[in-house]
Order: sequence, then C-alpha cells, then structure tokens
Amino acid sequence: MAVDIQGLTEIRWHARGGQGAVTAAKTLAEMSLVRDMFFQAFPEYGPERMGAPIRCFNRLSTNKISTYCGITNPQIVVVVDPTVMETVDVTEGVKDDGILIINTHHDPATIREKTGVQGKKIYTVDATHISIDALGRFMPNIPMLGALLSVTGLLSKEDAIDFLKSSFGKKFPKKVVDSNIVALDRAYEEVKGE
Amino acid sequence: MVIAKSNTLALQGTEAVALAMKQINPDMVAAYPITPQTEIVQGFSQFVADGDVDTHLVNVESEHSAMSACIGGAAAGGRVMTATSSQGLALMWELLYIASGLRLPIVMPNVNRALSAPINIHCDHSDSMGARDAGWIHLFSENAQEAYDNTLQAVRISEHPQVRLPAMVMLDGFIISHSLDRMESLEDSTAKEFVDVFKPEFSLLDAKTPTCIGAFDGLYGYFFEFKRQQEEAMRNAFQVVKDVGQEYGELTGRSYGVFEALGLEDAEFAIIVLGSAAGTVRHEVECMRSRGIPIGMIKLRLFRPFPAKELVEAVSHLKAVAVFDRSDTFAGGMGGPVFTDLRSAFYESEKKPLMVNYIYGLGGRDLPVELINKAATELQQVAQSGQVKEKINYLGLKE
Repeated sequence: MAVDIQGLTEIRWHARGGQGAVTAAKTLAEMSLVRDMFFQAFPEYGPERMGAPIRCFNRLSTNKISTYCGITNPQIVVVVDPTVMETVDVTEGVKDDGILIINTHHDPATIREKTGVQGKKIYTVDATHISIDALGRFMPNIPMLGALLSVTGLLSKEDAIDFLKSSFGKKFPKKVVDSNIVALDRAYEEVKGE
Repeated sequence: MVIAKSNTLALQGTEAVALAMKQINPDMVAAYPITPQTEIVQGFSQFVADGDVDTHLVNVESEHSAMSACIGGAAAGGRVMTATSSQGLALMWELLYIASGLRLPIVMPNVNRALSAPINIHCDHSDSMGARDAGWIHLFSENAQEAYDNTLQAVRISEHPQVRLPAMVMLDGFIISHSLDRMESLEDSTAKEFVDVFKPEFSLLDAKTPTCIGAFDGLYGYFFEFKRQQEEAMRNAFQVVKDVGQEYGELTGRSYGVFEALGLEDAEFAIIVLGSAAGTVRHEVECMRSRGIPIGMIKLRLFRPFPAKELVEAVSHLKAVAVFDRSDTFAGGMGGPVFTDLRSAFYESEKKPLMVNYIYGLGGRDLPVELINKAATELQQVAQSGQVKEKINYLGLKE
C-alpha cells in the first residue's frame, strides 16, 4: 500500500472551514519529524469562513525542501468533507497515478461510479461516522489523518498513537486525546482501496 | 511538537521569530497587531505571560505609538524590539527616520505584506522597500530558519559600536510566516551568550552622564554631519554583517554573508532574488544545471546597506543577469528596487552583463517553478543573442 515517500510528496487537503484540516496538515508535518523527514504545512489564505470550502497543503520529503510556491499537482488528495466535491474539482492537477482519499460511507467502486473519476487510485473511509462514534461530534480531521498514514505507510499506527499522546496530550484534556486516538485507530484500519 | 533531534523543531515563521525574541529577552517590546505579523507578538506575549522572559511588554494603540515607545525605550538604554507588516510599517514612517537618526539599535522583524490599495494581506516587498532609504539595515530571510537566525544576528549587527543603527528582519508574509517548516534552534544559553548584554553608549537613565537625545538642531547645527555619519555607519555595517554571520556559522554550522551564490563560477547567466522565492529559484537553477544549462543565482540577504561592490564582482563576468523584484518603484520604466540599485552599481564598470528585470509575486501572486523556468529560458536567449528585447518584465500576470 505504501507510496514512495523517498522523493518529494505533495498533498492537498479539501475541507470546509472549521473541520480541522489545517490542524491535520500541521499534525502530519510534525509526525514526519518522527521519521526525521523534511516538511511544509501551509493553508491557502483567503476570505476564510466557517463552512466554506478550504484547501491546505503538505510537502514531505526525506531531503531538504526549498520550493516555497503553491502546490498544483499533488500526488495525494485528502477529501475531509465529501460535500465539497459537489462544487470543487478535487482531482484538479492530479496525475493518473495520483491517490484520492475520501471521507464517505461508500466504497471506492461506488465513488468512482458516482463521480466518474478516471484513473487514479481511490481510497475511502467513513471518517464522519468514526468521528461521531469516537468524539460524539463531526470532526473528521484526525480520522482522515489516520487514513492517510495507513495508505502512505508514513507512520505505523503505534507511532502515530504515541505521537498523539505526547503532542495532543500537552494541549487537550485526556478524554479528547483518547477519543482522537480511537478515531485515528479505527480509520487507520478501516480505510479501503480498490 | 515532537523532536527528532533535541533542537529540531516544527515551527511557523512567526513562531520561529517569537522563539528568537524569547531567547534575546529584550528589555522592552512595544507592538500593535497586524496581519500577518500578529502571531509573532502573540507568541511572544505568551512568553511574557508565562514568565519566560523579563521583557516589559507595552500594548500600544498603533504602530506609530509602537515605534515611538521603542525609541523612548532605546534612548533610555534598553534593548528593545517590535514587529510589524505592511500598513503598520507605513504608519511608523516618520518614526523610522527618528530611530535611525538617533542611532538607536532597535530590531524589528517585518513580515512582508503588500501595501493597499487594492486591499491585500498577502506577500510582496513593497512595505519594506518603501523604507529602504530610512536608514535601517534590511536583512531578508528565505525561510523560518533564516528568519530565526537573522533575528538573533540583527541584534548583534544593530548594536555594534561601529554601526548603532536599527535593523529590520524580513520574512515573506504567509508563505513563510504561516507555513510550518523544519528548523534548528539554539540552546537558550547559547543564544543568550551570542546576543550578549546590550551596553548602550548613552542612556537617558544614566544620571551620572546626563545627555540630551532628540534635540532641535537647526540651520546652524550639525544635522548634515549627523546624516553623513549615518551613511558612514551603514558602510561600517558591511563588515559587521559578515563578521557576525561568520561567528554565527562557527556556532551553528550556518554561516551568513551579504548574499549566497550558487554556480556563478561556470555560469553564463544568473538570477538575483531575495526572500522565499530564492528557495524556489534555487530548486529550478539546480534542475537546469543538472541538464548542463550554465545558469547560476544569487540570493541577496543584505539589501541595506546594498552590497554593490561584492555584487558587481560576483556577476560582472556573466553575459546576462535577471533581477527578480517583488515590488515596483513606479518610476516609469526603471524597474524594481533591486534592479535599479544593481544597474546603478554597475555604472562605472567596463565589464557588465546585460540586465533584465522580472517583477513578480505582487499581492501574493504565486511564483511557480514553471514561471521561473520561463524567465530563465528568456534570460538564456538574452545571453546567447546579446540582445535585450524587454528590459522590464512582469512575471505571472493574468492580463
């Protein structure tokens, strides 16, 4: 399942304002430090409103990164909120060997049929229900991060959980950390490809 | 944050600068929020609230007041800092000249952002370029690491007895200020030792040596001499910037000069650029060089004082040079500020490259690798043909 992370990997996140995608992108960047990688995490700054479609980005590499321009041809796209797909072309600039990881209760084949996406590899995970089960509310960012880690093989589930314990442990109450760990764990296991 | 090596951090540009300020532990910081600078002072305020620093933090009602308070604090003998962006820097305008005229070593990170109108919060260099003649030292940073390193070094450069001039440390708004990047920090004790203790030559609070600072100096005074001495201090700054950059390199493995050159020895043409775009340009230059294309580059770090002599020496052997400017001078065909300075620097030289200017990235417009390649390819044609078709070019326009 693992993608090539030896070279430069560029990732684009699609979500809506308030769903924690920027936090997920930053957490991914910090997690890559565990593997002594180089990284960038940056949001696309615009007239940001709660609920409006937003994008944010990651660059990950085992070598020093010196490009500071926008990302137009990501290898991986993470769709945190599937409803943005109704108005935003989430496949824009993604090459045929690219990867789409979508938050949906459908399986990849159904999504391919519904969206008519050609080529690329589609993965799906029901991050919405996972987050509602684990956190009691719709906050699909950490489960989507779990799915991304699982698909890319960037971090083992155990390393990712250890990271959340030490990093989120400093910022949030234990209950929040524990429920995010449950969410990440489930998404890591439940994400499925074609 | 999780740390692989003890001092390897994941920080945004603003957090990197706030960390440098924490380690500098200035006597006083006076600031007013403005996007995209705000998070620097917000982060630093947390250090004040947590008791991590001894700094007296003054929350003022405008940037005009922020710089006024800094001038007062510095004249009283304190090590003072502030941070700003764009309209905030513009509102400080008249005080910038007072800070430099009084020879007060204030250090100010400036997160580069466009000046209105139209209203725009994104990166370009028109804010600090507008203050290029205000008598401040201008250091540009490519990324969070350099913003951190430059902030620490600016203290030493600015306070040097042969300089005693205020200094701005530039980092690109959002592109660097709000991007999480990997960087190395110094131990608090190492940074503290490096910046040392500020020893003001004069202090308003030194009752044993009463001084008058900021007095009227009219037609029969020494105004002219003060100004001439400011220029002398700027000339002294060249060597101080190099010395401090070398000392910092011995300490950290990251040496700094007035600029950083790549591949000029065997290049026929080169790009000169400052800020975060230098990173993207380096990426493209390295790609082109690996294909055997004789291109080089210079990342300009020190813009004021302008290292004219070194730049001329570095690129006079080339056939063509493209200067990338992230601001315009609106002089009616003279090009951007780095371009006009470089052309002026070459006036006496018999041997000089053809020069073209690329104005790019105004108001945060992206500079992708493809556009750099376009400019580099055009530059190669200039070098090969010996002809400049278009002297001033705008890179990435939609019109």
